[in-house]
Amino acid sequence: MLNKYPLWKYLIIGFILVIGVYYSLPNLYPNDPAVQIRATKAGVIVNNNTLAQATAALDAAQIQYFGADVQAQSLLIRVNSNEDQLLAKAALQVGLGSDYIIALNLAPTTPQWLSVLGGKPMALGLDLSGGVHFLMEVDMDKYIGNRLANFEADIKRSLREEGIRYRAVNVTGSDSIQVVLVDSAFRDQAKTWLKRNVPEFLYSDTEVRELPSLNLVLTETAISAMEDYAIKQNQTTLSNRVNEIGVAEPLVQRQGRNRIVVELPGVQDTASAKTILGKSANLEYRLQSKDGNGDLFTFKDSSRTVMLEKDIIVTGDSVTNASTTFDENGTAAVSVTLNSAGGARMGETTKNNLKQPMGVVFIEQKSELLGYETINGEQVPQYRNFEVREIISLATIQGIFSSNFQVTGLDSPEEASELALLLRAGALAAPMTFVEERTVGPSLGAENIAKGLESVVIGFGLVILFMIGFYKVFGVFASVALSVNLILVTAVMSILGATLTLPGIAGIVLTVGMAVDANVLIFSRIKEELALGRPIQTAIDAGYNRAFVTILDANITTLIVAVILYAIGTGSVKGFAVTLSVGIITSMFTAIMLTRGLTNLVYGGRVVTKLPI
Amino acid sequence: MSEVKVLDFMGKRKIALFLSAVLLLVSVLSLATRGLNFGLDFTGGAQIELGFERSVDVELIRSTLVDAGYKDVAAQYFGNNTDVLIRMQEDNNPALGEEVLSLVQAMRDDVSLRRNEFVGPQVGEELANQGGIGMLVALGLVMLYIAFRFQFKFAIGAVVALVHDVLIVLGFFSLTQMAFDLTVLAAVLAVIGYSLNDTIVVSDRIRESFQTLRSNDISYLINISLTQTLGRTIITSFTTVLVLLALAVLGGEMIFAFAIALIVGVAIGTYSSIYVAANILMLMNISKEDLIPQEREQVDQDEVPSWLKDEGNEADEKP
Repeated sequence: MLNKYPLWKYLIIGFILVIGVYYSLPNLYPNDPAVQIRATKAGVIVNNNTLAQATAALDAAQIQYFGADVQAQSLLIRVNSNEDQLLAKAALQVGLGSDYIIALNLAPTTPQWLSVLGGKPMALGLDLSGGVHFLMEVDMDKYIGNRLANFEADIKRSLREEGIRYRAVNVTGSDSIQVVLVDSAFRDQAKTWLKRNVPEFLYSDTEVRELPSLNLVLTETAISAMEDYAIKQNQTTLSNRVNEIGVAEPLVQRQGRNRIVVELPGVQDTASAKTILGKSANLEYRLQSKDGNGDLFTFKDSSRTVMLEKDIIVTGDSVTNASTTFDENGTAAVSVTLNSAGGARMGETTKNNLKQPMGVVFIEQKSELLGYETINGEQVPQYRNFEVREIISLATIQGIFSSNFQVTGLDSPEEASELALLLRAGALAAPMTFVEERTVGPSLGAENIAKGLESVVIGFGLVILFMIGFYKVFGVFASVALSVNLILVTAVMSILGATLTLPGIAGIVLTVGMAVDANVLIFSRIKEELALGRPIQTAIDAGYNRAFVTILDANITTLIVAVILYAIGTGSVKGFAVTLSVGIITSMFTAIMLTRGLTNLVYGGRVVTKLPI
Repeated sequence: MSEVKVLDFMGKRKIALFLSAVLLLVSVLSLATRGLNFGLDFTGGAQIELGFERSVDVELIRSTLVDAGYKDVAAQYFGNNTDVLIRMQEDNNPALGEEVLSLVQAMRDDVSLRRNEFVGPQVGEELANQGGIGMLVALGLVMLYIAFRFQFKFAIGAVVALVHDVLIVLGFFSLTQMAFDLTVLAAVLAVIGYSLNDTIVVSDRIRESFQTLRSNDISYLINISLTQTLGRTIITSFTTVLVLLALAVLGGEMIFAFAIALIVGVAIGTYSSIYVAANILMLMNISKEDLIPQEREQVDQDEVPSWLKDEGNEADEKP
């Protein structure tokens, strides 16, 4: 029979519809503003006592709350509005003290029957939720310069150890080192040894003032490996600092070769966010003072003070890695790796100071808001910048070690991971600068959502009115297809975890306009076939079949453009590209399969004398 | 379809050629002399949007900031007279937003900070380069696809139509000096997508007419194809413009330029798919022979995957 779908095709359409509706529904349940309470350090527990303390603080500040619940390691309290959220954060920070981090959060309200299969609402971009966006650039030149200086020192030491006589080892450019040897036999020896042990460079022979020399140039792979490392290191550090600010769903993401995007939804105080993100930290390894001379330091937990030698063994620049591990007794430990120059210093020191305690000092640039001062009638926030030097670890040197060693005797895995984190943070690989900053106020965000929704609804309504007026019954089919398309776009975006932005909403609106196209193509074809005098059923069938190639070609080319847009775009433009691409794909399904199914259902397999099209 | 109804599009092609030439000339001249009013995304600098409860005098705000020592301050209404957008060339200053807000607060207490943006100069430059490269890559890939699916002359026709559309949209932004930012660039790329869509539909029909109709009159074959697709072209463009109008009117100031770029693009794209792409085919002396190597009877039927076909429709098909 012509224009009859077998049952399985209807089932597929029905199945896709059900999935679409299921995964788009969570978007109808907006998140509640909430505050999340977490402990700042290991050992502090979040439990019902904390909850009681927190609710007391909120009651005292007369802030209404509901749905407070204790989760693993954290506590979530829902409040009525965004204003209450900020008030609650301030009240709780005062009430609970510095043992806890109070973060702004969004609590999902998705009912269980929707969340059980992973249904969740789309995340909102900063232009819709309000918040701060930073783009930070890592100073790669400086970082690679530092690394070259390390290489220079390493190479000098290695050549000495290997008995290879050289005149000079110098950094000669942004990616090159020159080694001047005393004769060509040593040059060959040096080349062989270095090629094997320092594979980061390309080696070539040259002459410097008639002395045989080697030119070392960093390979592309070595440079990009260094860049990756530097970015990853900075990203980790930034993530830790972001947690300190207390943000619901922060984003810390690499962008391009040397940049990192930080997005903090809900944050309005740019200045303090920037000071927290931009602060630098360093480490110093020092021996405990034997004769009472030196510098006095306090432990991070303020438990006691210790006098350390003025001499610094190595600084954070030498730390290449620090990670949690377990020692031979199965207790938590931190494994530290130093670069070879640092390792050599460490080896020398440990050899001469066995069984002596050695401390690690963590140095951090901090700033605090002192309050507001009125200058010329304006409230100007006053910050004080200061440096904090605290001991994060004091351990006895148990044996001679150089580049690789373990810090043992830690109380818990949490403590170990905190120490590893601090060690890495102190070794911040490369300096960063802010190259872009955007703040969107919460009212503007809400306004953008309202305006976006309104334009979707009105645009959609106008198109449906026109289509039904123009194509009658087929217009109804097209309208159903458009509505389903809207549902599917929402569902796919939600499943992908894509972020909805204002240009993203524009993309949806545009998709509504363009999705009509496939239907129009098909309907015009059917009209033409009818005009050629074909029987109605044949005309419908031929209309769909003939329009298919055109629709495919037209959509694939648009998809190419959308993909390029995604590749070159950043932030909100990417959002536009995503909705556009998703919309193109779902519109092909709705226009071709769904309306066909509807047509077949209504007209297929029976005698139709007149087709209202 | 009876032949009386065939509209003589190609008869008017000289007029269209002239019109396109004039539009392109004006666009290129304007782009060369006035250039685009690049937004913050591309120029770098700082931008602050302030919202007031009652209407406000922009000049007063500008002079307040200039008196306070800020350089190159530009202030303008943003959408309505209670919203002000301030742009200035400022080095990265973390507290700029707060500074400006407190300066303005001193004279108006109903002000709030809506948006605060800073873009470093090299970021903007990179974005502009990326945008340009993206546009070229898009054109190149699309040309390849069309050359592969249709024929080389169709690819030239489509790309000329795209360049035509993009230049005229850019020309429009240059003439009106509306701010050209990242979302407008996205819109221009979407125009490429849209205009392409239109051109493909028309090309597809021209190919079909060339392969199925007996006539050897190229002009007639193109005319009949354009006539057959005219209804669809107009309806699709109409619905698209309908939603874009909704976006322009209701979507707010941040999306206004985006919607305008698309509206201009859709209008030009519709015109160019009728006149420019087909005109180029005529200029390149497209002939039936050009399509012979790819000629396939019932090309459409062959392309439909089996899962989309109705069972047994071939058997029912009447010759």
